[in-house]
Amino acid sequence: MTSRGPLLWTQAELVELVHETPRVASLLFNVPDWPGHLPGQHVDVRLTAEDGYQAERSYSIASPPEERWVALTVERLDDGEVSPYLVGELRVGDKLELRGPIGGHFVWRAGDDRPLLLVAGGSGVVPLMAMLRHRAAASHKTSARLLFSSRAFADIIYREELDRLAAARDGLTIFHTLTRDTPQGWTGFTRRIDAAMIQQVAWPKEQTPAVFVCGPTPFVEAAADLLVGVGYDPLWVKTERFGATGASGG
Amino acid sequence: MRMADMTLDGNAIGGLLREIFTMEVTNAEATCAGCGAVNAVGRVEVYVHAPGTVVRCPACRQVLMRIVRGGGRYWLDLTGTRTLELVET
Repeated sequence: MTSRGPLLWTQAELVELVHETPRVASLLFNVPDWPGHLPGQHVDVRLTAEDGYQAERSYSIASPPEERWVALTVERLDDGEVSPYLVGELRVGDKLELRGPIGGHFVWRAGDDRPLLLVAGGSGVVPLMAMLRHRAAASHKTSARLLFSSRAFADIIYREELDRLAAARDGLTIFHTLTRDTPQGWTGFTRRIDAAMIQQVAWPKEQTPAVFVCGPTPFVEAAADLLVGVGYDPLWVKTERFGATGASGG
Repeated sequence: MRMADMTLDGNAIGGLLREIFTMEVTNAEATCAGCGAVNAVGRVEVYVHAPGTVVRCPACRQVLMRIVRGGGRYWLDLTGTRTLELVET
């Protein structure tokens, strides 16, 4: 949804907290009068200190439009101003200020028939998860592939849910790559994304796929260049950059 | 850390732009006054580590917009943007 008129701050109440990995948690909020959203959109979160100092950050929405609560999945950055509060201090029943949904470019609708290619680096998977959850709830499911780069096995956000989504055998294939530690018996990729990996995972350019890439800026730029390298039109490739640290300064 | 690693894109300032415009701006198409390239605002380069926000054309790197917020005012320089085409939803 992209409603018109002023975008107002509203008080959202935390109703559930889910630990995804040692550093990452999903926060489910009850947002009064939420107008609905599209997969790929984000919200701004604002914290105000007792002395009036305010910090604002953007977080992608992880939940699909079909769900009642608005879920944000946040990676705790140790030197961050906002994320250590969200992942560590915020408790169920607490409220914070939030506004949204925001964004009309990096969005996907289940009615889009093009094959879908999602490429995620770390917590860049969050808006792409909203797309996959939306796809899972849709009656007509376009073919989809996710290439997800994580540091180590324990860092794979949504790992069990992704396994379940892939096990449904409804046209979704998930490829993992681990860039640091690999557990015994690991069958996925074990390196940073490169041309050979993209060649293996990407839809043939003749199928004119819809492509979404999200993650830290160096990851997104490498992936986008590789996709153009296999003949994709740059206009098919929509990107969202988190900056150097992970989430715009956290 | 390389300066280039801090580059964001127009998606990051969707909220800031909605403080100024009543319509969603990241899916609007901006025409660069320098090179004439047309890009969705979600696709342009954004730098937020200066005192204000600097938006650059991804084709020629010319400044498209500068936005400074503070002291109860917004200061908006659109010299580098020839046109902005917003989509009614």
